[in-house]
This record gives sequence, C-alpha cells and structure tokens, in this order.
Amino acid sequence: MTRIKLNVDGVRYDDDVEPRTLLVQHLRDRIGKVGTVVGCDTSNCGACTVLLDGVSVKSCSVLAVQADGKAVTTIEGLAEPGGALHPVQRAFHERHALQCGYCTPGMIMASVSLLADNPDPTDAEIREGLEGNLCRCTGYQNIVRAVHDAAAAMADGGGAAPPQVPAQAAPEQREVAV
Amino acid sequence: MIPVSFDYQRPSTVDEAVQALSAAGDDGKVLAGGQSLIPMLRLRLSAPSVLIDLGALADLRGIREDGDGLLIGAMTRHADVLANPLVRRYVPLLAQATATVADRQVRHLGTLGGSLAHADPAGDLPAVAVALDATMEIAGPDGQRTVPAGDFFVDYLTTALGPADVLLGVRFPSHEGWGTHYEKFQRMAQAWALVGVAATVRRENGTIAEARVALTNMGPVPVRARAVEDALTGAASTADAIAAAAGLAGEGTRPTSDLTASAEYRAHLATVLTGRAVSAAAGVG
Ligand SMILES: Cc1cc2nc3c(=O)[nH]c(=O)nc-3n(C[C@H](O)[C@H](O)[C@H](O)COP(=O)(O)OP(=O)(O)OC[C@H]3O[C@@H](n4cnc5c(N)ncnc54)[C@H](O)[C@@H]3O)c2cc1C
Ligand code: FES
Ligand code: FES
Repeated sequence: MTRIKLNVDGVRYDDDVEPRTLLVQHLRDRIGKVGTVVGCDTSNCGACTVLLDGVSVKSCSVLAVQADGKAVTTIEGLAEPGGALHPVQRAFHERHALQCGYCTPGMIMASVSLLADNPDPTDAEIREGLEGNLCRCTGYQNIVRAVHDAAAAMADGGGAAPPQVPAQAAPEQREVAV
Repeated sequence: MIPVSFDYQRPSTVDEAVQALSAAGDDGKVLAGGQSLIPMLRLRLSAPSVLIDLGALADLRGIREDGDGLLIGAMTRHADVLANPLVRRYVPLLAQATATVADRQVRHLGTLGGSLAHADPAGDLPAVAVALDATMEIAGPDGQRTVPAGDFFVDYLTTALGPADVLLGVRFPSHEGWGTHYEKFQRMAQAWALVGVAATVRRENGTIAEARVALTNMGPVPVRARAVEDALTGAASTADAIAAAAGLAGEGTRPTSDLTASAEYRAHLATVLTGRAVSAAAGVG
C-alpha cells in the first residue's frame, strides 16, 4: 500500500492505495465520484477524462499513485457550489449535445481543457481538440455547436469557473483506512 | 482490466533510479508518462514486478539551449514540447510531429523520452530523432554515455537502453531556418501512422542544399531515406526534381503487412508521402 494525498473537486482525500490502482478506480470505488465513467479498455474513448492539475487526462491511464499531491477535477466538481452549471455543461444541455450521455462527462471535461487553451476555437480546432473522445451515438454535430456556444458564453463573462481548486485551498479533510 | 500487482518506487535522484533498476534486474520497468506502459499493463501484455516512476525527477523535465541546438529532458511532456518557442525556432519538425501524436489527453502526460524509449515502429517521434541526427544522453550502472539516434533504435520495441539504463534527455542540433514538414498518413482520428515521413530541407538560391528525410513504420525501426536525401542534395527545388527523388523512398525499407496495410501499399505510400513532405518542407507546389 502507498499513501497518497489528493485534492478532488476541492476536498482533500488521504488514502492508502495499491500501486496498481487506476486513478479512475480510485475516484469511483473509493471516493465515490461515479460521474467519471469507463468506456473502454484501450485508452481510446476518453469517457474517463478528468483534469489533473488543470489539464485533461484519461483517468484510466494514470495510476492513482502518480496523482499523489495533485488536484483532480471531475465532472462532479464543475458546477458552482450553489448548483449553477458550468458554461460548458449548460451549453451541452441547451444544444442537446448527447444521446445516451455516456461520453458526456469526458466530452465536457475535454472541452473545458480545450477552451482553457483556445478560448475561441474553429470547428476544425474543436474536432481536433476532442479527438481523444469518442461518441458511439455519434452526436458530434451538436457537441461542436455546444463547444462554440460555451466559448461565446465564457467570452461574455458567462461564469467561466476556474477549472480547478488549488491543493492548498482544501476546505475539508477525509481519511480512509483500509 | 487492471494491471497485475507490482512494487512502486518513486526515486528522487537519477542515481537512485539506476540503483533501483539494477536491483530489480529484468523485473523492473521505468514509468514515465505511462501512456504506452499503462495501457500495456492493463491488457497484461507487460507485467513487471517493480515500477520505477521518474515523475519526481524534475531535472529531467525542461527544454534549454545547449551549444548549437536544444537539450530536451526525457520527462518533458508532448504538451510542453508543443508550447515551447525554442522548439518552434530550432527544431520545428519536432513540434509538427508531436502535434500529430495521439490526442490532447495523451499529450498532457506522455513524454518525449517515453516515446523514444518505447520505440514503437508506428511512433512519430523516433523518425524525427533519426532525421535530425539527435543524440541520446543515457545514465546507467557504468555511468553516463551518449548514443546517436541512428544507433539507438535496434529493433521492434527495442533500443540501446539496457535494463538498468535511464534516458536522461535528447540533444537536437539546431535546424533554424530550414523548411520542415511531418506528413502522417492515418485512417482515422487518434490513430497511429500507417506510414509517416519526417522531412527537413535547407534551400539556397532555388536549389535544395541539404535534405534530411526519415520514415515512420517502414520497418521495425525508423529508416533514414539516404537515397532520397542524396538525390535531393543540390537538386533544383522543383516539383519534378522532388518527385524523382521521392520515388526512391522505398530503398532500404522493410515494411510489414498487417490488417491495416500490405507491405506493397506501405511502399507505395512512402513514395507519395515523401513527395508531399519534401514539397511542403521546400515550399514547392
Ligand atoms: C490512445 C493513444 C494514442 C497514441 N497515439 C500515438 C501516436 O499517434 N503517435 C505516437 O508517437 N505515440 C502515440 N501514443 C503513445 C504516446 O506517444 C506515449 O506518450 C509514448 O509512446 C510513451 O511516453 P510515456 O512518457 O507515456 O512513456 P511510458 O508509457 O511511461 O513508457 C513507455 C516505455 O518507455 C520506457 N521509458 C519511458 N521513459 C524512459 C526513460 N526516461 N528512460 C528509460 N526508459 C523509459 C518505459 O519503461 C516503457 O517501456 C499513443 C498513446 C495512446 C494511449
Ligand atoms: S475509459 Fe479511459 S479512455 Fe476509455
Ligand atoms: S451520447 Fe452516447 S456515446 Fe456519446
């Protein structure tokens, strides 16, 4: 077992983990962040995308021990504490950028990361920027529209919530014994 | 699926990493960004009993000017390479090829050193290292040594790195002012190259004074297309001269046939893509 400290969606978690534990398993099975889903066994689908220290990663392809000392933002940490949706969430909702919704948590997290680097992407830049995320329902048209809408809303100051809470700002602490 | 159990170590110096690897013998494995290794562990194609994570070796992450070129730490992530103005200035070919690697998520974690050490024949960066005559800085049980890229790639997924060696960084000679292009042929987004061509040329008064061309996935290791380079050197920078040189791209290659492409198709692609890559690098057409 290896001791790790993570800040997940603004809350600090100290846990003992087996080194082979994948970050996504740790988030779902230990911390209860079941909003982050697993869609494949091959690191291709991107459904498991979270932000690690502010940048998008596939949490099925990171060991929990590699995330020690870092801040993780999942889909569950994106809305404001009062419940107001993040502009990307709102745009996916309004544009109906989903069918079954399985790819949606990963699509939204990947879009948040993309817009942080490129606040006003073209259609082609959105498609390239989301190439690590697959939608088996193939609802890509509305996904691209939603990302454009979110970009516009964020440019208008539509509540571009900071994508991550710095590790120092941990408001609570939880210990898990194994 | 999850990996089989292993011991995990995170050394804080290169010496400790080499010692840990020496102690682990054939059962140890370096973990860098994990973007090739973790998928293999998950599919249980690889099952080392000790993983030695280089994540705490901050000295191995960074890009700096070094003599006539750049020294890029092995743990420098693809995303860092892409964002770096020195890379765009001195080795734009590396930036172009890195932009085609995988997707944003993988580029946020995967490292330059990991891509080279992994030595996948379809990986995009080995051909760039070979085309640009990069050199590898390696630390091992007998001290530090330098290996030219041309000698580093030994076979399919096999390099000059021994089991207790750590790749520290890569030196790229400056190609400031050269025209460059990486042409990658892939069937879909996020896919590996069926064939790729890394090309860079120096033009002088309408002729190609020097050319460097290397091919991805035309054999178990990246292939330097010497016949193409020789034909281009001193040639007029015209579509006809480039097409004639590109026709030689198959020489010295050993492409494989697999589910996605036959060897004959790959040989054909190599000539077409070499023509495109060199034309783009030379600004022709
Ligand atoms: C979905 C997906 C798509 C991809 N598509 C592409 C693509 O199109 N083109 C492409 O080029 N790559 C692609 N990759 C691979 C990607 O580039 C990886 O980042 C890279 O191959 C490995 O880098 P890493 O840092 O993650 O290394 P790791 O996975 O950590 O390690 C890879 C291997 O190298 C060894 N190693 C790593 N660093 C060192 C070191 N410093 N010293 C000694 N040994 C070391 C490890 O022991 C291991 O054997 C893809 C990966 C994924 C998951
Ligand atoms: S579950 Fe992580 S990429 Fe598919
Ligand atoms: S909405 Fe079903 S997978 Fe994307």
